[in-house]
Amino acid sequence: MLRFVVRRLLLLVPILIGLSLLVFLWTRALPGSPAESLLGERATPAAVAAIKKQYGLDEPVHEQYWNYVKETASGHLGVSIASRRLVTEEIKQKFPATIELALAAMFLSILLGVPLGFLAAKRYGTPVDHASLVASLIGISVPIFFLAIILKYIFAVRLAWLPSVGRIDVTNFEFEPRTNFYILDAILARDWATLRDVLEHLILPAVALGSIPLAIIARITRAAVLDVQSEDYVRTARAKGLAPRIVDRRHILRNALLPVTTIIGLQTGLLLSGAILTETVFAYPGVGSWLRDAIFNRDYPVLQGGVLFLAAVFVLVNLVVDISYAIINPRIRYS
Amino acid sequence: MRRKSLRFGALLAALTVALVAVASGFGRPDGGGSDTLVFAGAADPTYLDPALVSDGESFRITKQIYEGLVELKPGTTVVQPALATSWTTSKDGKTWAFTLRKGVKFHDGTAFNAAAVCANFNRWYNFSGPFQDASATYYYQAIFYGFKKNESETLSPSLYKSCKARGNTATITLAKRNGPFLPSLVLSAFAMQSPAAMAQYGANQGEIRTGAFYPTGTYAFSHPTGTGPYKFEQWTVGERVVLTRNESYWRAKPPLKTIIVRPISNNTARLQALQTREINGYDLVAPQDIPTIRSASGLKVLNRPPFNVAYVTINQAKPPMNNILVRQAVAHGLDRQSVVNSFYAGRAQVAHQFMPPQVPGYNKDVRKYPYDPERAKALLQRAGLTLPVEIEFWYPTGVSRPYMPDPKRNFEAFAASLEKSGFKVVAQTGPWRPDYVKKVNEGTAGHLNLIGWTGDYGHADNFVGTFFQTYSPQWGFRNNAIHRILDRAEQEVDTKKRDKLYLQANKLIMDFLPGVPYAHTTPALGFEQRVRGYVASPIGTDPFYGVSVGGQ
Repeated sequence: MLRFVVRRLLLLVPILIGLSLLVFLWTRALPGSPAESLLGERATPAAVAAIKKQYGLDEPVHEQYWNYVKETASGHLGVSIASRRLVTEEIKQKFPATIELALAAMFLSILLGVPLGFLAAKRYGTPVDHASLVASLIGISVPIFFLAIILKYIFAVRLAWLPSVGRIDVTNFEFEPRTNFYILDAILARDWATLRDVLEHLILPAVALGSIPLAIIARITRAAVLDVQSEDYVRTARAKGLAPRIVDRRHILRNALLPVTTIIGLQTGLLLSGAILTETVFAYPGVGSWLRDAIFNRDYPVLQGGVLFLAAVFVLVNLVVDISYAIINPRIRYS
Repeated sequence: MRRKSLRFGALLAALTVALVAVASGFGRPDGGGSDTLVFAGAADPTYLDPALVSDGESFRITKQIYEGLVELKPGTTVVQPALATSWTTSKDGKTWAFTLRKGVKFHDGTAFNAAAVCANFNRWYNFSGPFQDASATYYYQAIFYGFKKNESETLSPSLYKSCKARGNTATITLAKRNGPFLPSLVLSAFAMQSPAAMAQYGANQGEIRTGAFYPTGTYAFSHPTGTGPYKFEQWTVGERVVLTRNESYWRAKPPLKTIIVRPISNNTARLQALQTREINGYDLVAPQDIPTIRSASGLKVLNRPPFNVAYVTINQAKPPMNNILVRQAVAHGLDRQSVVNSFYAGRAQVAHQFMPPQVPGYNKDVRKYPYDPERAKALLQRAGLTLPVEIEFWYPTGVSRPYMPDPKRNFEAFAASLEKSGFKVVAQTGPWRPDYVKKVNEGTAGHLNLIGWTGDYGHADNFVGTFFQTYSPQWGFRNNAIHRILDRAEQEVDTKKRDKLYLQANKLIMDFLPGVPYAHTTPALGFEQRVRGYVASPIGTDPFYGVSVGGQ
């Protein structure tokens, strides 16, 4: 097991190098440069040249790449061209917000998706099953930003149940975050009012962001349960006279969860990209809205550093998923 | 089996109830109570050292913390005393003596005096290395051209020469006469900062990282220190900047105790945050949201005086545009009134010259060119051309500017009216990003193109001076009468004489017709009705001093 983990971690190095090249070429292939984006009407040829010189954008592309690799290898991800702050500082500040949002979305989608899928499979062919299929189809097809705007309109603007923007009540002056994971910070500080406020701010973005994984998890669970419950060992277990509850839990659900776990891993990665839209609509200060602005501003250092960082997270999440296979299903052994 | 599904049903129901229970406690927030204003801009500030930034979101904050020697009378472009109570100019226009307000203190308790004024001017003048980059000191370079030791060939010699502190007077000497000097001092970039705080928190420390300047001191992030009505309290990037009342402010105490400015980049999100009262007001209202705010109870729209101009460039380097008759035909062939009526939702007025009416030197009596297709055709025939005259007309795609919300529709309407006026229009488009503006500036965007300008400060030089003071490939003409009068006007420090020169310049320009200005737009802000005393400035940096929320 340990050897497997180490090998996977070592594999991360060539993956990141290849990815850095891809991201670098991609940002350079985008039309325009930060200079024109920053200057707008004031983009005289002289001003454009000055900005390109300042950021080394007038050097040959291979030299730009080499400089970037050198900087990245030494732990610097550069300075944002738009905000002129360190990319590493910005990640430190914004990443916890996105993690909190992604985890909340994943929590919601697992909590609802797995039971829904299970229920649909158990009631195969009944109206409950059909309803769940239709609902998950809608969940997959409705664009996140559209759902987000609708949710906001209903629950924030019309009903005034929930806040529409941000992560926390901006008039809260007592709360002092330590880790930038606000839920954790509020619990550590035993500040229940703030915890409640943070959760309130999290609900709508998490529901919007979690809608697609919820639908997918429900469908995969349903399919997997249908598959597993017709297996011989399930029939045998039932024939032995085991209580249906135990058959469901130990024999069906546990085996059905294997493909579901894979999907959860992949979806967690996708949540990070979905966060770009959700965070923008909810003015949620995470890496998603930060990367969106960077694309508009052609902010190369942010795109390069931010995407590389997210890619590393994506790979790590999937490593964790692979390890969790072994826990869910003891038949799988890594060597 | 049934029991199992019942249990799932119960779980779902419990979860829903829990969510609603958490949510139902939220209610409609009151937006922060009567001694707090929560205001939304579109982004975080860059730094809080106004000398090192040029963006509106940074100035939105620094305007409350710092003050300049002079300021704008709220809502206008009229210069009035602020930290200087009066000033005199020498006969040659090079020396300016500012008499300073007594008893003013910076937020760190140190005294504001003539030495502090000179320390600020000398700080800018002595900037070196990365500080000389245009992105760091844009406004300093726009007004003062260069530094003590210029490190780039593109920089010109400095306009600023020296500053002397004597008693209560700071005397500034310039290298030559310069008209924009005084009005430009209203810019936040030239606000007075505490020399002691700047030294203590490393305002002049920075280094180059991956080719970009990065300040290593903490001044610009967490210790901005000025004399303004509000003191810096806290900045959480992505969430809020908090300012608190300066209890020892030299004017009457500001009504609000706390100001919170939060960044919300999405237009709809800003609107909805106002509707939910999570904010009390916001800037940069999208034109399509104005009716929503107007019709909502308890909300209101505030107008910002127009300070921009949308225009059609006529490039005289491309014949037949060098013929004045053809340019006049273009002007008569553009149906400006229809465009303004149709595509600006009542938020614009037709422009007749290259600067908005707010700016001193605006000439009401310039030659106007009403839409008249027949006259346009006659002019083209007088120019000896065969109709229709083929012209290339460029417009940008993928962009919406304050002065031009929908370039394509403007273009289509203009093209149609030009076609009725004896022209055959060849449409050309270019994406705003990457290089539409560059093409316009280089003079490679057709005979005609759509573009515009938003002003930085209330001096005509910032409009007509920028466009026409020297030859530029965008316009492709040399006209010594125009270049010279703009030179003279720029150097004139007597405001009456200066305004007279600009009146003449505007007449000359509109007779010569280097392009056709067509719209000045009125940007909007959205507020709760109980927010009072907010006065929008034409230049976009609004003072929050005097604003109150609620009360009788």
